[in-house]
Parts: sequence; structure tokens; C-alpha cells
Amino acid sequence: MTLFDRQLTKPLPLGRTLFSYGMNAIAALSTALALLALLSILFEIFRQGLPGLKWEVFTSLPAPAGETGVPSGFGNAIQGTVLMVAIAALLSVPFGILTAIYLSEVGKTSATATIVRFVMSILSAVPSIVVGVFAYAVIVLATLFNYKGFSALAGAFALAVIMLPIVVLSTEEALKLVPQQQRFASAALGANSIQTTFKVVLASALPSITTGVLLAIARVSGETAPLLFTALFSQSWIENILNPTPSLSVMIYNYSGSPFPEQIQLAWTASVVLLGMVLLTNLLSRLITRKR
Amino acid sequence: MTLSASVVRRAITASAVTAAITLSPILTAIAQAIPVNGAGATFPALLYEKYIAEFKKKNPDITVNYQAIGSGGGIRQLIAGVVDFGGSDAAMTDEEMNKVSRGVILVPTAGGAVTPVYNLPGVANLKLSRQVLPEIFAGRITKWNDPKIAQDNPGVNLPDSPIKSVVRADGSGTTFIFTNHLSSISPYFKGRVGVGTAPRWTTNPLKGRGNPGVAALVQKTPGSVGYVEYSYAKKNNLAIAAVQNKKNEYLTPSIENTNKALSVINFPANFRVFEGDPSDGYPITGLTWMMVYKKYDDPQKADAVKKWVQYVLTEGQEVNASLDFTRIPADTANRALQQVQSEVK
Amino acid sequence: MNSSKAQSEVLKSESIVGGDTAWLDLSFAWFLQIIALAAIALLFWMGSVIFKQAFPAINTFGAAFLTSQDWDVNQLQFGALTYLYGTVVSSAIALLFAVPIGIFVAIVTSEKLLPAWVRSPLGFLVELIASIPSVIVGLWGIFVLIPILKPIQLWLHNQFGWIPLFSTETFGPSMLVAGVILAIMILPTIAAISRDVMASFPSDLRTASMSLGATRWEMICTVLLPASLSGIAGAVILGLGRALGETMAVTMVIGNSDLISASLLDSGNTIPAILANQFPEALDELHIGALMYLSLILFALTLAVNVLAMFIVKIFGFKHQ
Repeated sequence: MTLFDRQLTKPLPLGRTLFSYGMNAIAALSTALALLALLSILFEIFRQGLPGLKWEVFTSLPAPAGETGVPSGFGNAIQGTVLMVAIAALLSVPFGILTAIYLSEVGKTSATATIVRFVMSILSAVPSIVVGVFAYAVIVLATLFNYKGFSALAGAFALAVIMLPIVVLSTEEALKLVPQQQRFASAALGANSIQTTFKVVLASALPSITTGVLLAIARVSGETAPLLFTALFSQSWIENILNPTPSLSVMIYNYSGSPFPEQIQLAWTASVVLLGMVLLTNLLSRLITRKR
Repeated sequence: MTLSASVVRRAITASAVTAAITLSPILTAIAQAIPVNGAGATFPALLYEKYIAEFKKKNPDITVNYQAIGSGGGIRQLIAGVVDFGGSDAAMTDEEMNKVSRGVILVPTAGGAVTPVYNLPGVANLKLSRQVLPEIFAGRITKWNDPKIAQDNPGVNLPDSPIKSVVRADGSGTTFIFTNHLSSISPYFKGRVGVGTAPRWTTNPLKGRGNPGVAALVQKTPGSVGYVEYSYAKKNNLAIAAVQNKKNEYLTPSIENTNKALSVINFPANFRVFEGDPSDGYPITGLTWMMVYKKYDDPQKADAVKKWVQYVLTEGQEVNASLDFTRIPADTANRALQQVQSEVK
Repeated sequence: MNSSKAQSEVLKSESIVGGDTAWLDLSFAWFLQIIALAAIALLFWMGSVIFKQAFPAINTFGAAFLTSQDWDVNQLQFGALTYLYGTVVSSAIALLFAVPIGIFVAIVTSEKLLPAWVRSPLGFLVELIASIPSVIVGLWGIFVLIPILKPIQLWLHNQFGWIPLFSTETFGPSMLVAGVILAIMILPTIAAISRDVMASFPSDLRTASMSLGATRWEMICTVLLPASLSGIAGAVILGLGRALGETMAVTMVIGNSDLISASLLDSGNTIPAILANQFPEALDELHIGALMYLSLILFALTLAVNVLAMFIVKIFGFKHQ
């Protein structure tokens, strides 16, 4: 065996081998820890929550604390969450999409557009509890439609403020992906800018816009802090959007600190339902873009 | 591309339909029942939830909603005018009542006891004397095996571990009743902490939200001591410490003990009392109030509020005992009811 | 890349405006511009509403608010230090855990240490954490994490009680628990952005380094990580921003004690937590003002952190793209 051969087959020095193994081990450990946290959360929620998942939780109201043996559930909280997220989407999606159209079709690189983008990224970073404080000041304390007080509208307003930047930024990305040729082609056929924007650009970006909107919906469905002192909570069915309104997230928060086992059980079960809603929306958004 | 766009459009339509179905009860039920919204003390929350359920059976056209956010919150939201009635177990002060331009009537609804609860595995029937209790919550006694505690509890094996106090994170009438008592019996406590719905604690306590939050924290934390409204302690099987009254008897709360304490109290014209150390009965006793406006914009709402108060002060009082609350003495209840009937508009 | 840039230049100069309907196009453009300005106005509206309500407290306490730890509702004396301290320390603990783990997860999901069919679901799973509502994470924290960490905290106290960091006996809820919860919540942010940064690193450079004899890990440590540093820094700062403003999960596990303690095993309080607890009942103008002042500080803090992150990513980030 020549010296040259020996050098070619010489194994790595021990130190370098150990370094590789060591780093592999640390990387594996880190990843395992991250997964462990996730799996533990999911596992516990399903382990604790699923046994309580009966039909009656969807159709009943929360029973008074300490009363066992009566049907107890959170049908009203599901109603409230869906209602407030729907109103929030109704407020922020049109507004957000129009702002995004401005950014991608009109403003582009202008100073105004840059500022709008900057403001939107700041808005997306505002802590959600601060948004709740803001909504309390401008909606709860104001008299709207002859009503002053906690309401679904106030909660939805807070959620809309949180949704807006997500909708704007994701819609702009989606619009930017529409090839310029389509706009030119539309204009060449005599369309005005409104027709081009709505019939061509928006239409072809619709799937990715929907993805962004769905992600924003998934994000705000689980928000609690902005609802604490805007929508408050309620033990009864929703009869009016100008009234204190229950939500799944606030219910989980209220009952998580409860000493009553049946309320804690309800909090776990509500978590299964809320998590299911959020993950389903997330999944849906992924499916839509995958199709493209 | 076009295919997926149409798929999306269909999906949007489908979800809109789903949402409409989910929300249809709202759309059909709008303005059918008169809402009466309240918020405030957690102390009587268990009782009010029961009232509401019973009241709804008799008055399906009125929906009462009460959210337990703490007495401080009840007073604040009443002054802000964002609720129809508030709940508090610290009677509103004159200054606070002056801030309500619509006028306010205090309606006493129930009496209850605040009890110290603790979590010491293996230790039952703990007794805390008039000297010990304030000093624990003022931070002068810091270990469970302190000779002052041991003295009252002969034969009890007290651990050599620190005492962790648990108090309220929110402004609380329960805290008011508790600190009002401790300040009445201990100048040291009065100087260090004082009376209030949210006093400045000197023991670095853990803080829980509402009576349930304190009960849950004590339940989970060995070595802790807190204070809750009696029914929260009883329903959750928390260990209750006996306390000493003015006659130096060691008592735990019961309806008779609480009633005895309340019977020595005189209700003034505005129904406010601040008795910190009654001469007889269970010493840490307080009343809880519902605050209603004198003026409502909507006459229907004023009627609904009157019906609600009437229920609470008559039939509702029968429920009190089942949740270990005392009744409001009949003549006081009558007086309050008359004032509400004649002055609320 | 280049051609689309050229096209957008064309578009800018000639635009799609013209013909009989020019007025329609113009008014549409104006309409959109007004909408966009309204979006800007929203932020200013929010800022001014909060500032207006904070004003009594700003006027009364001024800058001393930041350094006072007095928070006495009865005496109307307010200071932010306790909450500022809790916010910063719990976030710092979160970074301590989340940064190394997040970077390793990013390496595992972007480098070819594992086959692709493992890597991409792995990345998906870690990002899944971000979609779990924080109140649910908090519920898990109360009933799972606190009991799990309690013996560890007791052990830390028994073994290392002489270090101020572990000098107090724990009762369950603590700054450490809050930090761990926050770490879990910001991990996906750090991991996902770092992975994108690393994935955009040209594979020629990887191959070049490894063909010169570097092992994969030597390549990662000497080539990939230094080159991705600014992007990772941006990711970390964005994670910090999220940690500072997180309310629910922290409120549920930190114990809400108004306490500045060197010990991480003590309970504490944060700005979002005190807001959630006291805002609904604050009565006095000065109390509301102090809470609003706190919101303003939190607002400013997260703003500064996020602008910094944007700045870093913009100036230094993605250089190798």
C-alpha cells in the first residue's frame, strides 16, 4: 500500500467525526423537542377534549357553574366565533383587497404605496391586546344604532383590524403574480382599468387571494385578547349583534382558570372544536393553492 | 386556472350558505327578547347564574346576561354606561355614585361569607386566630410551622415550608370584604395593606382572576392560602380554615353563622354597609349588591330591569340558601324593591 | 426577472389609462388611493386614541413612569418597571430556548441531513405550532407544562439555589414557565424564516465547500450559517416582537405577581397580562391613563423591534439571492 493510497482512505480525524456526530445529535434533539411540544399539545387536547365531544355540546348553552348532570355545551360560543369572524371578514376583506389593488395596480413603487406597505407591516405587528383596547375606546364606548356597550360588532371590529394587514399583504403578493401580459391583453381589447382589474387580474388571482383570506380567518378565529373587553361573553344564544357575545376562545380562557372540573372539561372540548376549525381553514387554504 | 377559480367561487358560495345556516337563529330571533346585560362581581356569580336560568323560565321575553368580571369591573362598566346593571360586593362610594349621571340605586341581593382556604396535604381543620390571619396576609408570618400558627393548632403536623398567598388579580369585592375585616382586627395589616378592592399586597402573592381563579390556584398549589366566597370553597372541596370572631369562637361559614353576623347590621337608607367586624356570628361576612340605573332610554328596558329586580328580591331569595348565601332581611328587601319600582324609569 | 422589471417600467410610463373612459380610470385610481390612505389613517387613528387616553398618565408621571415599580390603584401611583421587566425577561428566556432550537430545526429542514420525504412534513409540523390559538397553548400550559416543569424547577432550586436565578422555591407558575411557553410559540417564526433564508443559499457554494473536504456540518458552520446570519437575525427579532406582545398564554402561566425578582422561579407579570386583567375595571382617569401608557410602551417596543427586523432583512438579508 502506497502512502498516497493510505491518505486517500484515511478516515476523518476523530475530532471532526465527533463534531459531526455531536451536531447530528444536537440537531436531532432540538427537532425532537420542537415536535414533542407540538405533539404533546395536540395529544393532550384530543385526549382531554374528545371524551367530552358529544352532540349536546353543539346544541346546548353552558350550564351554570357547579351544576352537573344537565346538558352543557357551547353552541352559543361557536355561533359567536363564526358570527364575529364573518363580520370581521366582511369589513376587512373588501377594504383589504381594494388597498392591495392600489398597491399592485396603481401605487406600485410610489411613495404612498411604500408608506402603505410599511404601515401594514407595522399594523400586523401591533399586539392584539392593544387592538382590543383601541376597539373598546372607539366602539364599546360609542353609541351606535342606539346601543352603547359590549357587542359582537366591537369584537368583530377588533378582529377586522387584525385581519386587514394580513389580507392586504397576501393579496398584493397574489396580484403581483398575475402576468403583465394579461393586463396588456385586456387593455388592448378595449377594457378600461376597472374591467381589467376585476375581470382579469382579480379573477385570475382569486385562488391565491382566497388562500390569504382563509389564512387571515384562521388566524383571527383563535384570537382571545381583542375579544376580552369588546365582545365580553354571554351565557345565552345570540339574538342581536349589538349585545355581549360569547366566543370559543374567551370561553376557553374563562374556564381554564375555573376550579370546577366540568368547566375545565368544557374548555378542553371547546379547544378541540376551535383547533379543528382553525386547522381545517388552514388546510383548505393550502389545498386551494396546491390546485393551482 | 379558470377551473380552479370556479372551484373557489363555488367554495365561497358554499361557505356563505353554511354561514347563513349557522347564523340563521340570529337572523330570525333579532329583537324578539329584551336583553338585560349585567357585569361585575364574581362573588355572587354562581347565584346570579341560577337566578337567570329560573327567571328565563318565567319570563321568556327577557334575556338577562351576567358576566363575572369582578366588582371593580362592574362599577367601571356601570359608570361607562355600557351595561344595564352592575354587580359589586364593595358598595359604591359617593364619589363613584356621583359619576353616574343617570342615577343609581344599590340593591342588596344576598349575603355571603368569605373564607380563607388553604392547600396543605395532610392538614385538616386548620385554625387561624385573629392575630395570625392578618399577619399571614401582611407578610409577617411566612412559614407554615410558625409558632403563632402552631399555638392554635396543637397536635397538627405543620410543614416547614413557605406560605404562598393567593389573591385576586382583578379589582374585587371579595377582596374588599376580606381586607375590610383584616384591617378592622389588625392595625398592622391596616398599615401595611389597608382596605380596598385592589390593595397593594406586600407578600408577592400569586394572583388569580375572579373567585374561580383564586380557588383554582389554591387547588393546584401546595403550601398556598387564599380567600374565596364560601360556595366556591364548598363546591370544590377546598380545605377551609376556621377563623376567630369577636367572641373568640372559632367558626367556619354556615348560613346560621352568616345570618347571625348580618342580623347585627343595620341597613341605612341607601343600603350601604361597611361592617368589618360584626359582634357575633361568622366574622368575614359581606353583602353583594346589584346596581341599577334610575333612568333607562327605553321604557321596555326599564320594565325588564324592574321585573328582574322584583324576581331577585322575592322568589330569587328562596334560591339563596341552596348556594349558601343568606337572604336579605325581608323588610330591607321590601324597601329596596319599592325604591326600584318607584324611581326606575 | 429582468423582463418583468422592464415591463413594469413600461407600465409606469404609459399606464393602462386612455380612450373615452379615461375619466373612469382616473376616478378609479383616485378611489383606490383614498382607500389606501384610509388604511394608513387607521394606524394613526389607533395611535391617537391610545395616546389621548394615556395623556393624563404621561402628564403626571412622565418618563419616571418607566423606572418606578409602584403600582398602587388606591393611591393612584403608577409605574411600569415591574411589567416592563416581566415582559422583557420572559421574552429573553423565550429567545434563549427558541433561537438555538429554531436554528437547528431550520438546518434539519433545509439541509440534506434527512431524505426529502421526512424534511417537508417536518417543516410543516413545526409551522403547525404557529396556527394553534394561544389560548389553547395556555390551557395546555396550565394543565401539562406547569406540572411537568414543577419538579424540574424544584430540582433547580435544590441544586443551584445559591445562584440568584434559582434562589426561590417555586409554586408552579413562574417566569421560567412563561418563557418556555413563549419559546414554543415563537419557534415556528424563527424556524420558518431561517429555513427560507438557508434554502435560498446557492447550492453551488454548499457543493464547493464540501468538495474541498468539509463535512456537511463543517460546511453548515463555516459557510451556510455565517452567510445566513443577517436573515436569521431578522427572524429572531421578528420572533422577539411576537413574544413581547403575546397576551393569553403568558397571562395564564406567569402567576400575575407584581414582583421584580432575580429568580426565574418566581412568578411575575407582563404588560399584556396586566392590561388583560385590569383594563375592564380601571375607573380612575389616571388608572386608565397608566394602562394606556403601558399599551403605548408596548406598542413602541414592538414597533421598534419590528422596524429593526425589517431593516436588517432589507439591508443585509438575502444578499446571496
